[in-house]
Parts: sequence; C-alpha cells; structure tokens
Amino acid sequence: MSTETKEKEILRGGQFLVKETACEDVFTLEDLSEEQRMMRDSTVEFVDRELWAHWERFEQKDYEYTKTCMQKAGEMGFLSISVPEAYGGMGMGFVDTMLVCDYISGATGSFSTAFGAHTGIGTMPITLYGTEEQKTKYVPKLASGEWFGAYCLTEPGAGSDANSGKTKAVLTDDGKHYLISGQKMWISNAGFCNLFIVFARIGDDKNITGFIVENDPENGISLGDEEKKLGIHSSSTRQVFFNETKVPVENMLSERGNGFKIAMNALNVGRIKLAAACLEAQRRVTDEAVTYAKERVQFKTPIINFGAIKAKIATMATNAYVGEAACYRAAKNIQDRIELRVAAGNSHQEAELKGVEEYAIECSILKVAVSEDVQETTDEGIQIFGGMGFSADTPMESAWRDARIARIYEGTNEINRMLSVGMLVKKAMKGHVDLLGPATAVGEELMGIPSFDTPDFSELFSEEKDLIKRLKKVFLMVAGKAVQTFGPDLEEHQQLLMAASDILIQIYMAESAVLRAEKNAKKLGEAAQQTQIAMARLNLYEATDIVIRKGKEAIVSFAEGDEQRMMLMGLKRFTKYTNTPNVVALREMIADSVAEAGGYTFD
Amino acid sequence: MKILVCISNVPDTTSKINFTADNTAFDTTGVQFVINPNDEFGLTRAMWLKEKQGATLHVATVGTAAVEPTMRKALAIGADEAIRINAEPTDGLFTARQLAEVVKNGGYDLVIAGRESIDYNGGMVPGMLAAMLDWNFVNTCIGLEIDGDKATAVREIDGGKETLETKLPLIIGGQKGLVEESDLRIPNMRGIMMARQKTLTVMDPVDMEPGTRDTQYEKPAPKGDVKLVDPGNLDQLIDLLHKEAKAI
Repeated sequence: MSTETKEKEILRGGQFLVKETACEDVFTLEDLSEEQRMMRDSTVEFVDRELWAHWERFEQKDYEYTKTCMQKAGEMGFLSISVPEAYGGMGMGFVDTMLVCDYISGATGSFSTAFGAHTGIGTMPITLYGTEEQKTKYVPKLASGEWFGAYCLTEPGAGSDANSGKTKAVLTDDGKHYLISGQKMWISNAGFCNLFIVFARIGDDKNITGFIVENDPENGISLGDEEKKLGIHSSSTRQVFFNETKVPVENMLSERGNGFKIAMNALNVGRIKLAAACLEAQRRVTDEAVTYAKERVQFKTPIINFGAIKAKIATMATNAYVGEAACYRAAKNIQDRIELRVAAGNSHQEAELKGVEEYAIECSILKVAVSEDVQETTDEGIQIFGGMGFSADTPMESAWRDARIARIYEGTNEINRMLSVGMLVKKAMKGHVDLLGPATAVGEELMGIPSFDTPDFSELFSEEKDLIKRLKKVFLMVAGKAVQTFGPDLEEHQQLLMAASDILIQIYMAESAVLRAEKNAKKLGEAAQQTQIAMARLNLYEATDIVIRKGKEAIVSFAEGDEQRMMLMGLKRFTKYTNTPNVVALREMIADSVAEAGGYTFD
Repeated sequence: MKILVCISNVPDTTSKINFTADNTAFDTTGVQFVINPNDEFGLTRAMWLKEKQGATLHVATVGTAAVEPTMRKALAIGADEAIRINAEPTDGLFTARQLAEVVKNGGYDLVIAGRESIDYNGGMVPGMLAAMLDWNFVNTCIGLEIDGDKATAVREIDGGKETLETKLPLIIGGQKGLVEESDLRIPNMRGIMMARQKTLTVMDPVDMEPGTRDTQYEKPAPKGDVKLVDPGNLDQLIDLLHKEAKAI
C-alpha cells in the first residue's frame, strides 16, 4: 500500500466531524494482539500484587512506597514503553503506551500521577525535543527508573495561563550557564525526582524556554512541604524554588522561546494518556460495586436486583466502554499517523510530535470526557456502597477523591473544552478540515423542506449512525453560526464555546462506541454482542439529550426571531429518533449482563 | 544442565466451568487460560537454576495452536525455547508418551512437571514419564537444589517433610514450595518483546490411542438456599439437621 493511499484512509484530526468512519477502520480493545494482551496481563498482575494489595499505604501518605513502586515499574519496563530503543527503551507504538498507561493507573491515583508525571511530562519533552547529547545523557536513566523526572510549568500566578510565568533565566557573563530563579508549584514527583523540566523566561521574551535541570539542593534548589491534598495522597506534590540555579547552556530544551510549544505539545500527549489513565479505575470500581451489590442484602434481596442499582451499574459499565472505544480509536489514529510520517522520511521524534499534534482536538475531547466519566463512576460507586462507601475503610472513598484531580490537571476541563472548539475552528481556517462546506450545506438544509419518508432502519445501528450524522449537523449549525456571528471575538464567549464543546465531545464519544459495537457485532455476531450494542445505544441516547440541551442553550444565546426559531426547529429535526430506544430495558440488560459476568469484562 | 519444564494450559481458577454437548465437552467460551499453577512453581524454580547455575531451560506442552499464548508467556518469563506437540492432550498416558519422546530426544538432565494440573487433576503425567524413561522421580516436591549430578529434593509428607538425595537425570512432580506465590514472575516488557524472537517448535505427536476417554461430566449439585430457623424452634432445627443435612 502506498503512503499516499494509506494517508487517505487515516482520518485526520477533527475530521470525524465531517467524514464518515467505517467500523472496520477503528481500532478497539478487542483488536489487541496476543503480545499486547500479554503486556496488559502483566500490567494488571503488577498492579494487583504491588499496588492494589497495598492501597492503604497510598492513603497514608507513604511517599517512599510510591517511589519504591515506581522503581519496580522501572524493573518491569513500564517506564520505557514509548522510549526509543536507542535510549534504553522498548520503542513500542502509541497503542502499547496507552495500554500500559491505562491498566497501570487503576489502583490508586497516587501511583498513576507519579507514573504519568514521570513517563509523560517528565521524560517525553527530552525524547521529543532533546538534542542527541541530552537524550543519551538523561533518557536511559529515566527509562530504567534509576532517575525520576518532574515537570515545572505551573507557578503561583501562572496556572491555566501557562505562558505568563515569572521564572527567569539569565545568561551568565561567560555565556556558559543560565541562572534560573523562580517559584514553581503543584510539582508532581518533586519529593523524589532527580531531574526537572523547567520553563523560564529569558529577558523579556514573549514565550518561555524549556530547560533540563538536575535536582541538586546545593545548586539553589529547595522544596516546599508536601501539599495537603483532597486526593492522590501519596503522590509527592511540592513547591520547587530555584534561586540562581546554574544550568549549563547545553541543557536548554529545543530553542529559546520554544518552551510554550514544548509545554503544550507535552500536554497534548499527556491529555490522551490521562484519559486512558482514567479507564482502569472505572473498571475496578465497577467490579467492586458489582461484587458489593451482589453480597449486600436489604429487604431480603441482594441490592443488585433493584432497578435503581442496576441503572447505576449500567451507567458505570457504559462509561468505561465508551471511554475505551474513544481512547483506543484515537490512539491508533495517532500511531498510524506517526508510522506514516516515519515512512515518509520524518525522524521518529518529529513524526511523534506531529502525529500527536494532529489529534490535539481528540486529545482534549478525551481528557474532558473520560475524566468526567471516572468522577461519575466513582461517585456512583460510593452510592452503591451506601454508608460503607463514605467510609475510608473501603476503596470507594479514595477512588472518588483521587478521581477529582483528573478534571484539573493537564489543562482544566474548561480550558480543554475551549481548546477543542478553538483548535477545530483554527484547523478549518487553515483548510485542514473543511467545516465551511458542510456548515453551508446544513444551512441550506435548514431552509429546505424536511423529508417525510419513513427511513429503513432495519440494519444494525443504521438509525444510530443516521442520528450521529445529524448530531454532527447540530454542531456545524451552532458552531458555524457562532463563528459567523462573532468572528475572532468568539473566544470571548466562553459559555457558548463550552456548549459547542459539549456537543463535539458527545459526538466523538458516541460515534466511537457505536463503531466499536458495530465492528464487534460484525466480527462475532449480534447475538454475542448484545450488551455492547446496548451500551452504545444507551450512551447515544444520553449523548443526544446533552446535545439537545447544549444546542438550545447556544442557539438562544446568539440567534433571535425567525433565525432562532429555524435553528431550534433544525435542532429538533437533527436530534429526533424514529424509534426511541427503551433505555430502562437497556440499562436492565446491561446491568444483568455485567452482574452475571461478575464485573466489567468487555474486550 | 538442560531443564525441561512441562506446561499444562488450564482455565484460570476464577473461570466459570460449564459443559456442552450434553455434558461431554468442556465449554471454553469466555474462559481465560493460564499456566497450570503447579507447573508455574516449577518454571520459576527452573528460572532460579538457570540464573544461578547457567542452565538451559526449555518448556513443552501437548496441545493445539490455541495453547500457544500460554507457551509464549513461559518464553516471556524466561524460558529459552518452547516445544508444542500438536495434539489434544486426551489423557495422562497420551500426554506422558508424547512428552517422553521430547525428553528422549532432547538430552535433558532435569524434567519438572506439576504434580497435577488444576483442571482434570489427573496427577499421572510426571509418574508415567518417569516410568517410561526409567528415571529417578520425586513427587509432591517442595524443595529442590542441584549440585553437579546430585539433587536434593524435599517432599511434603503427611504432617511433615522428607528430604531425599538422588541423582540426575531426574523427574520432579512439583508444587507450591518449590517457590512461593510471591516469587512467581510477572513477564516484564523486555521479556515479552524477546519472546517473539524465541523458537516455538511444533512437533507431530507420536501415533497412539489414548488409554481412556471422557464420556460424561457432572457438576456438583448447586447449594440450596440458607434456611433460617427460629431460635425457639429447636425441634425443627434437629429435624432439618437429621433429615435434610443428614449431619446428625
């Protein structure tokens, strides 16, 4: 297959909105190779033995134990999955990286944060932007777990506005060093790391610059106390103070003023990995909740037999299923795009950067969606456990607290919502995604007379796929009109951007779930995939509800009179079911199936 | 030293066991297969011998292509080569005969097999293998040290332990105690990557008829509901214990 042909087949970032995807073209967890399954099993075994069995220690602020587990993870090779072989790593693909990140993160947020901070933002900026010397010097140690990394971007006055940091880097008179001074906060792994990726401003540069700084207390580096946090109790989180810390000029990462770009690209990868890192917690919490609900007897009946509990179990399982579908779909797109670029002659470094950047919209979507799903799932987990769920003696309580941070770090969900739409609009303006054509077509459709034919929805998912196509029209209608109305000032209308983003998120997630269930049903037969089909249907129903609510909210915020009425009519038409699914029955069916299997067992 | 560890591919202990075809065949739908735990203790002990004494370690099984993931896991854990005899392991005699061929032609000094598989619990293979090869044999082995051609093995006996001295070539029927559960190896990422480059030889079986054939499986009767007896009604309790539970 020529590179050119293959390129046509891989959906570009953001194109899901205007192009149809065949179910055969999405990658799902069911497609894992035997080797990948073995990797997953090893990861789960490691977590069960080293992390899950000792979850209380993570609640008791045992930072040393987190470090010990990280060292063990290094021995197992988990820290080096995505590191190129030339620097002591495994050089595995993006899907493999996501897989390990996913399954290693389910037992405790403390470890998953330490793992993510080290392998993602602590190591990756060097593998992606480092010089040959930097990579040779630092990456093998980071890949083996001999050294640990931390990422110093946030400052007291620079959180979401990351480029506004006040940390300074001043060149020494002999031109051989920079002296870095400033205060960084919320630094994960600070307490035990050997190396910091530090962002500082040189002179009055518009943009910050990245540096690799070895952790040496003798070199003007001091740490604040461990922060007292709501969750992730054993993730070391401290302030880091740099006082004229001497850093050789050769430790500058990439070029002067390139720091913001490094920071943002590191976060793109971090976002999709964070989404993956929120999946296994959902599976485990669902499993625990199912076990408890089967054993807990009230009114002489195990509570799992009650419809109110079944609805929760169904939601929890569906959240995990949808999250998996979307995460691995995007991961494979990224991997394919990287391979394509390597085949076209790009260095691996460049290919990986561009490959992930291409799907920055999807990365933001996933970060928001899956971090909110894990919150809901852990919350319902507590509810199923009742009073016991509120007790710190059961793992539900800590799971709920640990989940909360996922909506904040790697860019808050609000920032990511705005980014997802903002980046899409930018892509459209650059001509990378043709939104204008489809948006115009939707506008024309609104003016026309709707078809009154009864469509044939006898084929599996034909109605759902038709509905998703129409949900996309809702987004094009709302976003198209918003861009037309506000132009570059759109970014000032944050509530509108949030609503548009919610529609976008629902479309991507719902489509991914439907494609996954369709692919598996075609492969293994509809009868064997009834639960997957039900979960895809339930999710789409709920997604459609959100689209209706957010669409309405957006439309009335900027359209008036006839135009508003026409758009609201369009919204109704685009979100209409011919055969409204019986979601009560779907939830019952999903919950019964999950209960029968003893937990979440889809893959 | 050249070691062969015999591996049986068995359902994970948490699997739900069902039968099909009118209770004549095991239903493998949705069942996760693993290395037989007794074999895994042996494999881990063999890994220690390999690492400390420089042994070569092979693993062998009798099974169809479906068992290959289990064999590759053994390779990922650290075995140097794997051999699969391409046949359904119909009974203990059949399996032992197939493995005996591998041992005869492989120049092994030590063979470790689990004392029994945790699925059919036959417990015959290591003993039959020893008889076919006319090798020394220690069953239910919970400790093993090798020094040159001498072996010191520890056996579990009723209420205690027995230490034996013997000589290679030797067959061990292994179990927990050879190593502990916490010693079992999780395949690491490099091991998994290297496993794909290691040799997995597929051999044709020796032609023979199995000595026995399974004709019927039966699951234990499901447990009945718990019956609650009023504390004041001792007569009913005695009656139930006598007539239903047949405990008194």
